[in-house]
Formats: sequence, structure tokens, C-alpha cells
Amino acid sequence: MRALPPLAVLLLLLAGCGEPNGGGAPTARPTGAVRIHAVNHPLAAMARRLGGADVEVTFPVPRGADPAFWRPTDAQVAAFQDAELILLNGADYAKWVARATLPRRAVVDTSAGFADRYIETSGGVSHSHGPEGEHNHTGIAYTTWLDLDQAAQQAAEIMRAIAARRPETKDRVRQGYLALRAALEALDGRLKALGTRAPPMVASHPVYQYMARRYGLDIESETWDPGAMPDDAQWEALAKHLAKRPAKVFLWEAEPPAEAVQRLEALGLTSVVFDPCANAPARGDFLDVMEANVGRLEAAVGG
Amino acid sequence: MRDALFLAWSYLAHQRLKTTVLVASVALIAFLPAALQLLVRRGEERMGARAAATPLLVGRKGSPTELVLNALYFRSEVPATIPYGQLARVESSGRARAIPLHVRFHSQDAPIVGTSLDYFDLRGLRCAEGRFMTMLGQCVVGASVAEARGLAPGDHVVSNPEQVFDLAGSYPLRMQVSGVLAPSGTIDDRAVFVDVKTAWVIEGLAHGHDDVSKPEAAAQVLERKDGRIVANASVKEYQEITPANVEAFHFHGEPDTFPLTAIIAVPHDARASTLLRGEFLAPDEAQQVLEPTTVVDELLDTVFAVKRYIVAGVVIVGLGTLATMALVFGLSIQLRRREIETMRKIGGAKGRIAAVLALEILAVLALGVLVAGILLAATGWFADALVESAIR
Repeated sequence: MRALPPLAVLLLLLAGCGEPNGGGAPTARPTGAVRIHAVNHPLAAMARRLGGADVEVTFPVPRGADPAFWRPTDAQVAAFQDAELILLNGADYAKWVARATLPRRAVVDTSAGFADRYIETSGGVSHSHGPEGEHNHTGIAYTTWLDLDQAAQQAAEIMRAIAARRPETKDRVRQGYLALRAALEALDGRLKALGTRAPPMVASHPVYQYMARRYGLDIESETWDPGAMPDDAQWEALAKHLAKRPAKVFLWEAEPPAEAVQRLEALGLTSVVFDPCANAPARGDFLDVMEANVGRLEAAVGG
Repeated sequence: MRDALFLAWSYLAHQRLKTTVLVASVALIAFLPAALQLLVRRGEERMGARAAATPLLVGRKGSPTELVLNALYFRSEVPATIPYGQLARVESSGRARAIPLHVRFHSQDAPIVGTSLDYFDLRGLRCAEGRFMTMLGQCVVGASVAEARGLAPGDHVVSNPEQVFDLAGSYPLRMQVSGVLAPSGTIDDRAVFVDVKTAWVIEGLAHGHDDVSKPEAAAQVLERKDGRIVANASVKEYQEITPANVEAFHFHGEPDTFPLTAIIAVPHDARASTLLRGEFLAPDEAQQVLEPTTVVDELLDTVFAVKRYIVAGVVIVGLGTLATMALVFGLSIQLRRREIETMRKIGGAKGRIAAVLALEILAVLALGVLVAGILLAATGWFADALVESAIR
């Protein structure tokens, strides 16, 4: 240890390096509903189902925007900072998080428990869908919740985080979690059964990686915008794709144009909407949408 | 008695120069040790309080003093760094909250403290104007920094380049002020706070530049091969992070390896504190966990030793001064023999004459103590500002 000159120490001591209010004084334990901010709808929906009246969940991304590429304003980030609990999806989801300042005490990475099983992606093509600007999917696949077992693990993280902040709600939150887990397990079982008989599929967008891995589905992706009719180059690329790999089902993230559906049918592909539900749906919530997704896929694949 | 007082006072008033010198001597003898005691005690209280409000520090093994002075008071040399991954190690232990610290750069003379919002919670700091930083490239300035530079939210501060002639070193980063902290009376008033990620941008671990993957950037590209793009030196790096270019900022390397100068660990309880310290005791451990109070106590021991020497010196000088004063009064009585004789001849009793002389001495001592008291009060009032300006 290098000794400091005593005079320097004395000067430092006299320099007013003080803490007059004894910083770090414990603050009063918060009461009332836990104020939660979530970066996507599945996490917000899980928190609501788990916490009920014990939580006040905010999901600020406007309808129609992709929460993965949404850019919050300073005021919106400040609102996140004020939350008691900030639910992150992990897997590099919500790109703004990496460039924002969030309080570590409030942040919970709900997928940290299975971070070693993230799927790395490569070779993404830059593209855009509306106001978020261009993006690509190179890096880590982030729609972790489409593996419903992983979704249940994320729900468990949320349960623990709420209970840690309001221990008195522990039993109620656990009841909510058990109900949610049972519903997710039921859907998980149906998708597993479906995976044994599903034909090769093409997806409009590379967002189904975890679903494919969990349920043994053979899915390869295009980078189509579900809101618009694909252009000639995209149809040409699909034709080449089908020539090498005959597929029977085409997965859409959202309701496709009728003309696109007809043209796919002509190519022998049945269109199925499997909404990842990253943003809030018009009706119901994440679980309702997954129920509908699985039903449509079962209908398309058949018994 | 009033007549004796009148005569004593008249003599002192007549001998102004002599009286002033004697009063000043007494004042200094009384003031110096008392002022030193006052300043050291106040410094000790405040320094100790800051250390006590910082339960544990995690840093690279080395000088504990350097680590504490850098982490608590933003002074001393920059200690050897630890990787950011240690933060997750502390947090995942489940025993403590962890607050990152990166204290290496400066903006003019103000240290730039890279940390997280949890630091403000720990220190009880709040914004008097604006808000805490929300995005990369923003900063919050301490009250003294804002006052000295006339800063308000929306203004900018610039980081100092580490070495003026080091072209490969860190570039200055222009940062937008998002908020001004309320005065806290601590070193935090004199610092600039940024997100630790912004500190890494200043260090050059992250940067933003033109998108060289776009066709229009062809002139800036040396080679495109297997998904790798090698750009030439003409690629423009951004010196300020704005909403327009924030998306272009990216980190190079694995964040877990990025440097921190220290981590403040806030254990959940005493047992967690002990267990956490135990986790860093392995012989091959590169990090150390220390209690700032222990290190500060050691520093204070040094200070007290210095103070003892100074007080001893002052006492010796004081004794010498008192002896000189006694001599002055003795010689004065000798010189005033005729005056004393006159008082006796006009009817002054021996006791009354002695009272006049004694009152002269008492008045000098009382005035000296009074002046010392006034100086001491002023020292107490202006102590922080006086010492701070002396140090600068």
C-alpha cells in the first residue's frame, strides 16, 4: 500500500468530503399496488394475471408499434425509472434498453434463467415496417415466450419479483402463477403433440426460433411485412425456397392481405396467423392470443 | 473597583500598539489549537459519515486507501479496474445490491462518475432541476458544478481528453445536461454523473459512426468479406450522442469485461455482509472487498498523529509567547515605577494599585480570548469554503 503524505490526508479530511444527511438512510417500505413497467405485452399480461389488484402494470408502447424496435422519449424512460419493477425480456429484446439508464434495483431480466439457451441468429437482412425504421434480426432471437415453457419460467421470475417487493402478496401471486402455468402447460402440450405431425413451414418473419426448437417444428423464414403484399422479388425468392424445400404451411405474424393468401394457396401453402403478440391485442391478452394461435395451427395441420 | 477598571482601561487605550500586539498574541495562542480541533473533528465526522453510508467496496486487489479515496471522494490515482462481470457476481450472490462506479475521466476539474441510478438512491441525491439521465450521452451535474459554470438542463459539458497529444486516446464527448442535483454539501456537488455506459463511450469502448453497411458508404470501405466490413480512417465518429444518432452507438467486446473502478455493495444485513466478504477471500482472488469505515479509520489515525504534532508545536509556541508576555508585563511594571510611585503618593493603596495592574493583564487576556472566539466562530461558519479554496 502506497502511503499518502500525512498533509495530503489532512487536507482531504478538511475538504468537506462529508455526508451531512447520512446518505443511504433507509426509506419507508412502499405500500399499495406494485408499480410495474414492462417492455412487451406478454410480460405485462403475465404480471397482470399474477398480481391482479396487487399490481399496476404499464406497457407504454403504442398499438401498431413493434416493442422490440420501439424508441421511447425521455419522458417515457423517466416513467420507467420511476417504476418499482421493470420487466425486461432479455435476449437483447427492446433495443432501447441498451442505450437507456434504468435503475438496477428495479430491473428484472425475466429470461436470465435460460440465457445459456438463447438462440443466436445470423445473416439477417435489414428491413423496416413503419415508424421504427430499419432493423435486422442478426444477433439473438428474442421471442422467447413462444416457447411456452420458457414463458412459464419468465412468469416465475415475475412472481418472485412481485413477492420480493410486497411479501404480503406472496400467496395470492403464487395462486395467479399456478393458474397461468397450468394454462401455459396445456397449450405447451398441444403444441408438442402438433410438432410430431406438422409439415415443413415457412414463416413471414424470423421470430419463431424458440417455438420451432421447443416443439420440433421445421420452420424457415422470409422477411415479409404482414401488412403489405410481397413484391415480385419476394415471391421469386419464395418460389426458389419451395423448390428446394417443399412446405405446406405459411405462418404469418398478423392478418395477411387476402391476395397474398390466395397466391400462397396456389403454391400449395396454407396461411396460418400465429401472432407472437409482442404488442397488446385488440381483444383479450397474451394467453387468449396463444390459445387462438394454437387452435388455428391445429386446424391447419389437421389430425 | 470602577476607578481601578477606569485606570487600567485608560492605560491600555493609551498604549494601543502594545495592547494590540498582546491581545493578538493571546488570540492566536487560543485560536490555533481550537480551530485545528474544530476542523479536524468536523472533517472526521463528515468523512466518517460518508464511509459509514458506503457499506462495502469491491475493487481490484491493491491499495485500499486508493480504492476508497477514488470511490468515495473521487480523488487519488485511478485504481486498477475490475471487470463489469463482477457486478453480476455480487448481485447473483443474493446478498447485496451492487452499484457500479467508473471514476476516471474529468470535465474540466470535475470528476465524471459513471454509475447507475441506484447511486443517487444510496446518497439521497435528488434533482433540483431537470431529471436524472435517461439515455446514453446525458449527464447530471452536481450543484457546485452547475453554479460555477452556469449550467442548466439542456446545456452541455465536455469530457477532457486524457492526453492532449495522444491521438489514439479517448476523444472528448459532448454530453447533454439532463438535470442538476440539489446541493448535498458533499463531494457529489462537485461531480458530473453519467451512466456507466456513457463512461465507456468516453473510454472508447463504444462509439457511433456512419453506417458503413450502406451502399452510399462505399468510399469509406476497404473490404467486405464474409459479413465483415473493414472501413478506412475517413469514417466519421460522433462526438455527441443525440436522438438522431444514438442508434448508431454500439459496444465493441463483451460488456462483462468492461472496466469498473469499484462496486459499492449494499448487503441486505450483517450476515450477508460477512458471507459476501468471505466469497472474495480465495488466495487466487483478484478482487478485494473492504469496509470503507475501516480504511477511513486508518486514515484518521494518520490525521490524528499529524494533529498531535501540530498541537504540540502550537502549545510550545504558546508557552513561549506567554513567557514573553510575562516578561513584557514585568518590564512594563519596571518602566512604570515612577507612575506607580505617583499613584501611591496621591493616596492609592497598595492593593488598589495591584488591582489596576492585574486588571490590565486580565483585560488583555479577556480581549485575546474574545478575538479568538470570534475567529473560531468565523472558522466554523466558513470552514468548508475556506479549506476548499485553499486546496484548489
